[in-house]
Amino acid sequence: MRPEEGTIQSRARAIEAVLGLLTDQPVIICNGFPSREAFKLADRPTHFYMIGSMGVAPAIGLGVALVKPDKKVIVLDGDGNVLMGMGTLATVGALKPKNFIHVVLDNEVYGSTGNQPTLSRVVRLDQVAKAAGYVHVERVREREDLVYELKDMLGKEGPSFLLVKVTEQAEDVDRVPLEPVEITQRFKKAIE
Amino acid sequence: MIEGDDFVRTLQEIGFNFFTGVPDSILGGIISALMEQRLYTPAVREDEAVAMAAGAYMAGKIPAVLMQNSGLGTSLNTLMSLNLIYQQPCLLLVSWRGFQGKDAPEHLVMGQTMTQLLDTVRIPHRILSEPTAVDDVNWVAETFTKQRIPVALLIKKGVVKGLQP
Repeated sequence: MRPEEGTIQSRARAIEAVLGLLTDQPVIICNGFPSREAFKLADRPTHFYMIGSMGVAPAIGLGVALVKPDKKVIVLDGDGNVLMGMGTLATVGALKPKNFIHVVLDNEVYGSTGNQPTLSRVVRLDQVAKAAGYVHVERVREREDLVYELKDMLGKEGPSFLLVKVTEQAEDVDRVPLEPVEITQRFKKAIE
Repeated sequence: MIEGDDFVRTLQEIGFNFFTGVPDSILGGIISALMEQRLYTPAVREDEAVAMAAGAYMAGKIPAVLMQNSGLGTSLNTLMSLNLIYQQPCLLLVSWRGFQGKDAPEHLVMGQTMTQLLDTVRIPHRILSEPTAVDDVNWVAETFTKQRIPVALLIKKGVVKGLQP
């Protein structure tokens, strides 16, 4: 068990650490600040930035993962998002795609709408994922733990679930300047 | 009445190769034909299904999503803020529960307003019938390719063989 105490990082620092370990893997990034921050930190054609349809990032990732079993698919999700589409944890847990890594940046608030609290401060989403059937489940706070666990998951057969506790801090970032259609076409081509 | 496996074969012939959804009795024959061929990926909600279809499309598949029309209500936001604006097409095979007011009470409002709802959100739709089935499916293929958005084929009770006819 990893220590729960320690220096908690901002979501942007966590995203930076995640993207730093990735190269050309397909990455689905949930709506709101995570997509904007990821775009600013490192834009890649293999990134699918969501701007709406809250809650379905892992479902999109699952669709990709089932069709492309040779590619590790990473979903960058938020706690509010997971709570909204919690049924998909069951779908992933039942279908068990080996190439599926679900990273949840958990700041315990709805950060894009004024930091209203989410239920993740009382509901253990990592335990929900475990019960749903994810094969590897870890909960981390510090950057070095995040890097250690994600590296490990990238080399293992999943599905894996990495809950990263982060601060409420949001970067001063603009909306993703790409048109949705452009995002689809670019992503489609990049993962061919 | 169209046989479930004939219908699946027709869809496969025009290119559909990823099938997901949430079951309905009217769609039972199609789903069991898909399951027999291990072609069906079950979803727990219809918004999850259309999002999974979006992912499969971007990974190179041509997806179809099966759902009861109640599922249109569930998936509406995802259809509007994902599939429609990102231009991720899928075929929506929607069973028409509550058609002409002959169904359980929970289906009546959707049964009566479904086509208006589809018109409002600009999802092209057509009713599947046995005599026009080939035309219907060709229309789907054409609209799907041309517009690159979700297209709905509405299926009434008794058109495709269900599990209990």
